[in-house]
Amino acid sequence: MGSNDLQKQAPNIVVWVLLLALPLWLPYVGGYMELGSRVVVLALAAMALNFLLGYTGVLSFGHAAYFGLGAYGAGMTIRYLVPSTGVGLLVGTLVGAVAGAIIGPMIIRLRGVYFAMVTIAFAQVFYFIAFRWNSVTGGDDGLTGWTRLPIHLGFTTIDILHNPVAFYFLVLAVFAVAVGVMAWLLRSPFGRTLIAIRENERRARFLGIPVDQHIWISWTISCAVVSVAGALYALLNNFVDPRALYWTQSGDFVIMAVLGGMRSFWGPLIGAAIFVVLQDYLSSQTENWMSFVGLFFVLVVMFFPRGILGIIRRKVAS
Amino acid sequence: MTQVVLFNVFNGLIVGAFYALMALGLSLIMNLSGVINFAHGGFLAIGGYLAFTLMPYVGFWGGLVLAPILTAVLGLIVERVLVRRLYGRDPLYSLLLTFGLAFMFEDGTRFIWGAQSLPYQVPGWLLSPLSSDYFFLTGYRLFMVVIVALAVAGLFYILNRTRLGMRIRAGTLDLETVSVLGVNVRVLRNMNFGLGIYLAGLAGVLAVGQLGLQPTIGSSLIMPSFVAIIVGGLGSLPGTLLGGLLIGVASGVTTVFFPSATEAVMYVMMAAVLLVRPRGLLGEEGRF
Amino acid sequence: MNDIKFSRRSLVKAAALAGVAQVASPFVLTARAADNVKIGLDNPLTGTYAAVGKNELIGCQLAIEQINAKGGILGRKAELLVEDSTSGDAGTAVQKARKLIDRDKIDFLLGNVNSALALAMAGVAAEKGVLHIVPGGHTDAITGATCHWNVFRVCNTTQMEANAVTPSLIKNAGKKWYYITPDYAFGHTLQAGLEKACAKNGGTKVGGDLTPLGTTDFSSYLIKAQAANPDVIIFLTQGDDMVNALKQAVQFGLDKKVHLAGAQQELEALEGLPPEARIGTWVFEWYWNQPGVPHVAEFVAEIKKKTGRVPTARTWFGFASTWTCALAANGAKSLKAVDMAKHLQDFHLPPEIALMPDGAFYRKGQNQLIPNLYVGHAQAKGSAPDDLFKVTDVVKGPDAAGTLEESGCKMTWPA
Repeated sequence: MGSNDLQKQAPNIVVWVLLLALPLWLPYVGGYMELGSRVVVLALAAMALNFLLGYTGVLSFGHAAYFGLGAYGAGMTIRYLVPSTGVGLLVGTLVGAVAGAIIGPMIIRLRGVYFAMVTIAFAQVFYFIAFRWNSVTGGDDGLTGWTRLPIHLGFTTIDILHNPVAFYFLVLAVFAVAVGVMAWLLRSPFGRTLIAIRENERRARFLGIPVDQHIWISWTISCAVVSVAGALYALLNNFVDPRALYWTQSGDFVIMAVLGGMRSFWGPLIGAAIFVVLQDYLSSQTENWMSFVGLFFVLVVMFFPRGILGIIRRKVAS
Repeated sequence: MTQVVLFNVFNGLIVGAFYALMALGLSLIMNLSGVINFAHGGFLAIGGYLAFTLMPYVGFWGGLVLAPILTAVLGLIVERVLVRRLYGRDPLYSLLLTFGLAFMFEDGTRFIWGAQSLPYQVPGWLLSPLSSDYFFLTGYRLFMVVIVALAVAGLFYILNRTRLGMRIRAGTLDLETVSVLGVNVRVLRNMNFGLGIYLAGLAGVLAVGQLGLQPTIGSSLIMPSFVAIIVGGLGSLPGTLLGGLLIGVASGVTTVFFPSATEAVMYVMMAAVLLVRPRGLLGEEGRF
Repeated sequence: MNDIKFSRRSLVKAAALAGVAQVASPFVLTARAADNVKIGLDNPLTGTYAAVGKNELIGCQLAIEQINAKGGILGRKAELLVEDSTSGDAGTAVQKARKLIDRDKIDFLLGNVNSALALAMAGVAAEKGVLHIVPGGHTDAITGATCHWNVFRVCNTTQMEANAVTPSLIKNAGKKWYYITPDYAFGHTLQAGLEKACAKNGGTKVGGDLTPLGTTDFSSYLIKAQAANPDVIIFLTQGDDMVNALKQAVQFGLDKKVHLAGAQQELEALEGLPPEARIGTWVFEWYWNQPGVPHVAEFVAEIKKKTGRVPTARTWFGFASTWTCALAANGAKSLKAVDMAKHLQDFHLPPEIALMPDGAFYRKGQNQLIPNLYVGHAQAKGSAPDDLFKVTDVVKGPDAAGTLEESGCKMTWPA
């Protein structure tokens, strides 16, 4: 491995070392394990959104739908069908991915604000169903009466319910797989094509690239990953409610991606970390935390024109 | 049954007129500046609170005149200091900025006026129904429709008959050319933003006659306004007006048949419109 | 990541991450006295429920002062830790509950106004075995189908409110009822409760509508309700929705044609209404103007001294919840949740906490407080500026509560 390769890998190494060592350092800065799990789960959702937004150039404002479907899929599987955390995760992911794949062809012709709004429309309809279908989803009271269950590995059993560190590492492992897949896809010819579409859709079309089909695949992948995050979110809370599908939740994902920097792979992770930690910290200190969080957003827009990670990169480049 | 449906169609038009008022302000700003203003609901709340605070000094009518103007002044300042920096950048940053502003407005109003909803009183003679059969036609609701109609007429007068309005319309179509022709685009955008926020303030004053005055009053109105804009078609103000009226009527009629879907129906309508006619009902081809 | 093709950039990125780690670590490690007994309140301070959440907080704060003035909990100082749960985000509420339990090592968990959030928090409390008291989340499930041995509730169930108001409503207003019900679990159970109670008392339902939560315009529902020609329109909406619905009903002149009524009503909502819209028959869960009931006047005076306003039912919920913590620990002489929960079975609140004519007790096997309920009507103006409710009938809790079997609670205790 040359020194150039090493430098190329440096940010990845730093991120992974920090994440893997989290249980060691988090308590010393006043954090707690579930906060770490929450950051990783929401970061995965924001990175999934950014797969579409930052690398394909398409804004979804309805990703909460697939996040929520993943969450309900996992929760309802464990509650009603199979008492197994692993099966719950798998079903949750499938439900969100399939829904995304089906809705995709209807909406991929739209662009820009229209695309964003039609994704909101579908998401709100899912929200409405989750809210209304009391007997199955628990409606506004949420889906209760279940918890994540210990994972049996044959030779040993991991108690992810009572051991927050064990659960964190489960979340991190799933995160690693999902992020790894996304990174691999982006480095493949398929990922290059997505970026070509982002940069100039018309040119890509002239080059004979089936643009709509690529956007559909990118959309479906993004939906699948965000439903993985949703399934993990259900396990994190041992609870799902329709709010997980509401448009404000979609808005949070977009904010995380923009805050951290849409054009960098780890940007949404940074955005999610700041979003979650800032709110968690400030809202314990003052009931006027919304003002401070709002002010922070405003300052980022004023002084970090490309998101937190974006500015650093631009400074270096110039 | 027919009567109930008919009542709800009329009533939907009244409700829709109100959505349209808010949506027109949003639409103005979006068209000329490319800024998606999620803080619009916050400006609406401030308009309502200002009217409430001014009422003891200037009365209901004074509040109706002054509160929107003061809200517009706040809008001018916000544009001058903050929003201006967004022009020419990815519209997503406007989302981050206006989300932040919306947070600050909600918290600020709660800090100043408290979380408890405040009793706002409109003049007694506006409060009674005009006829006992058509009881939903209260003085206040007709008054609202008249004010909305006046505001819309005024807006279209400004846009079509004044120099400022013509520049705004020209700028919406081709900002670069307008700028080359010697129009000060900064001032133009500033005035346009103020005009949009004036409409938000006006909507706020009208809203508190019917709704509880509390810090989150605007947040449940923002999505219907976006939907109105999209259904009507981006870039078209008549479209926005039409969109607002349509979702009002659609929600009203849905109440008769499937009441709990009144909120969902506008999203279904939006999805249907976009899938059949991607630029909205009256939207121009090739914009946005 | 895919477009990195330079060298320094990566290092700077790494440095930025380190910087973020710095930014992310300004947790104030307040050296909280380790020997304090900690009560964690995880309740809304922002959003739709901010006003009622704030009032519950004030009640908690007064109780903490009183507890410490009277010698604390097991001789140790009581301390209140406050977290904003937001008004609707269960994820945040759960997160805050975990933070309070895992990091701050609280002994008691309080909250939440929002029923869904209360249920989600109860899940955490059950998992961690912490004593949890719900001051003001009304859905039946909390002390019903999903009850837990360590989760107690101060405010009433929806069924209790329905049972309390029905007899006098049938008697005074009429038998044909039309329902305007918020479309979520609280509304559904409340309407079901009322329908049951109404039928039992000889009334009938002539129609009803489910309104989405956060409905701003009720005119179309009111048009339908009017068309059904009922004696009574029952409003089960809450908070802002209640304010909006009543404001519009009065503008339509419906109050002159039919009787407007409902179950739960709150002083916060009446204060937000203009005088002409303060009408209708309702249930209050606690009221400050109770002449002749001992200790109430002192409580009202102390709250007024703190805030300048009279206490509401919410203030009392917070007050009674916090005092329950101290009474449970001092009575059980232990901070172990099981001991305290056992002590609270059929535990009667002392009169200076209950502040009700017949007192209040936590029913055994359900952990539900059984208090008095106040049936009456809203008034534009009373004996004092804050006197917006006229109590006509004080209902005894056991009469409204139904049986333990009806609650659906099957409690299992840890071995």
